[in-house]
Amino acid sequence: MNKPLLSGVLIIGIFTLIAILAPLISPYDPSVIDQNNLLMPPSSKHLLGTDSLGRDILSRMIYGARISLSIGLIAVGIATIIGLILGSLAGFYGGWIDTLIMRFVDIMLCFPTFFLILAVVAILEPSIFNIMVIIGLTSWMGITRLVRAEILSLKEREFIQAERAIGASSFRIITGHLIPNAMGPVLVSATLGIAGAILLESALSFLGLGVQPPTPSWGNILIESKSTLGVAWWITVFPGLAILTAILGFNFIAEGLRKILG
Amino acid sequence: MGIIPLLLGITVISFIIIHLAPGKPTSLQQALNPKVSQEVRLRLEKLYGLDKPLRIQYINWLHKLVKFDFGRSFGDDRPVVDKILERIPVTLTVNILSLLFIIIVAIPLGVKSAVKPNHAFDKFVTIFVFIGFAVPTFWLALLLMNLFGIKLGWLPISGIKSLDFEYFSLGQKIMDYLRHLILPIFVSSLGGLAGISRYMRSSMIEALGQPYIYTARAKGLTENTIIYKHALRNAILPIVTILGLSIPGLLGGSVIFESIFALPGIGRLFYEAVMMRDYPLIMAEVVLGAVLTMLGNLIADISYAYVDPRIRYRKQA
Repeated sequence: MNKPLLSGVLIIGIFTLIAILAPLISPYDPSVIDQNNLLMPPSSKHLLGTDSLGRDILSRMIYGARISLSIGLIAVGIATIIGLILGSLAGFYGGWIDTLIMRFVDIMLCFPTFFLILAVVAILEPSIFNIMVIIGLTSWMGITRLVRAEILSLKEREFIQAERAIGASSFRIITGHLIPNAMGPVLVSATLGIAGAILLESALSFLGLGVQPPTPSWGNILIESKSTLGVAWWITVFPGLAILTAILGFNFIAEGLRKILG
Repeated sequence: MGIIPLLLGITVISFIIIHLAPGKPTSLQQALNPKVSQEVRLRLEKLYGLDKPLRIQYINWLHKLVKFDFGRSFGDDRPVVDKILERIPVTLTVNILSLLFIIIVAIPLGVKSAVKPNHAFDKFVTIFVFIGFAVPTFWLALLLMNLFGIKLGWLPISGIKSLDFEYFSLGQKIMDYLRHLILPIFVSSLGGLAGISRYMRSSMIEALGQPYIYTARAKGLTENTIIYKHALRNAILPIVTILGLSIPGLLGGSVIFESIFALPGIGRLFYEAVMMRDYPLIMAEVVLGAVLTMLGNLIADISYAYVDPRIRYRKQA
């Protein structure tokens, strides 16, 4: 009875369903402006209230789930692919390749992530695609180190030596055996990474440098909460709760995975 | 040591980033004045040395960096160095107070959790830590501002001084600063609080399981002495390292909560620079951030070697 894993999968499963079924379950179009219903508190007509342009918050949050989850997934996907490639090259070949790659990792790790992301977003205008790529390009370092460590320890095991003995190519050894066996910790790291990516995306959107309105994201719904402080609590509370719950969900999954891997 | 290649690497990557821009850094200035002719544009480029090949530009830029000449801000044409220096005190104050707060609260929390693992207190703290890790800091800031600033009216929600600051006595001025800083400090500490109390807990549990603890108990020492005089001293050693390593997180976080609480620090300066596409300022802060992080790591390494007597004595031997 792996409690963390179950609760995590339940939470994230619900979010994923919501994201996939968005057009079917969303009560309103998230971009529709309704002049008659500006800043309405939660009611039977608008379950989570409306924002300053009369848009239904519940609908925006449902579509926002799509955006936030997919950004998180793809960004971490990019980071994981880079990390697997660089990490296995460094771990398997060693020597100057290893030194070069790890030096690069050290240098990149010196940049405060947020500073780097903001600087690049300033230069290449914010768009959903750019954000996915940028978050991915600043999150691969941890996975690289992880993969390299796993491969270093797996390299000398007997089944790998057996592979070499029968003349398997390096590529086959890396992709067929080393990487699959190293995936455990990588999966844990990637799950936590998705949580982090969602947090980053919402912070960026909140600052106006992420998903641009009218496309909804949990972060950019929160932009208005600053100007409606004390007046419209529903604009602040609900998106934040969604972010919190999603991150908790992924953290639980990671905790559960850790338990399995021992 | 490995610092020089690291520093060089930082500058190279920063340089590459700034030149990712599809246009040239001068194109923004041109865009603002469409009447600018080709001739003037070429002159601008020559002024900024943009007509030379990239590696020469890099060397020139490096030369200036070493002299701490970060160029002039696009926003108000003041030297970037000045703009950064005048904002450092606020950020420094908030972060140092934040670290102090974390140390004062997280260490006792961790110790108490470790002494009675899995009992009520420990479970409560664990839940608190889990939530602390998952809460988006800017959301928490907004909630607290709503609660303490508006509903209860206890604390101010922006800036570092009140409007009638000039008329306050010294004591009142200090109180005013503190009242403005309470929310920002609390918000920025939350992550570190969660992390460090977790770390103290596992460090203490490990220390309490050491053989010398059995000896201490056999000697008949009181439980308090054992916990605070012996186990704690050993468990606390890595804290210095962790504090040094938390610098990049603090820098990144300061962008968000300085913007929300309207504090005039370097985080907010960076945010303003990004919004205005003030490239010299953005570049300077990116390089600065990386260098500070590097220094933080260095200090963490050195102090760990220094603070742990075992390593110190081994070096002397």
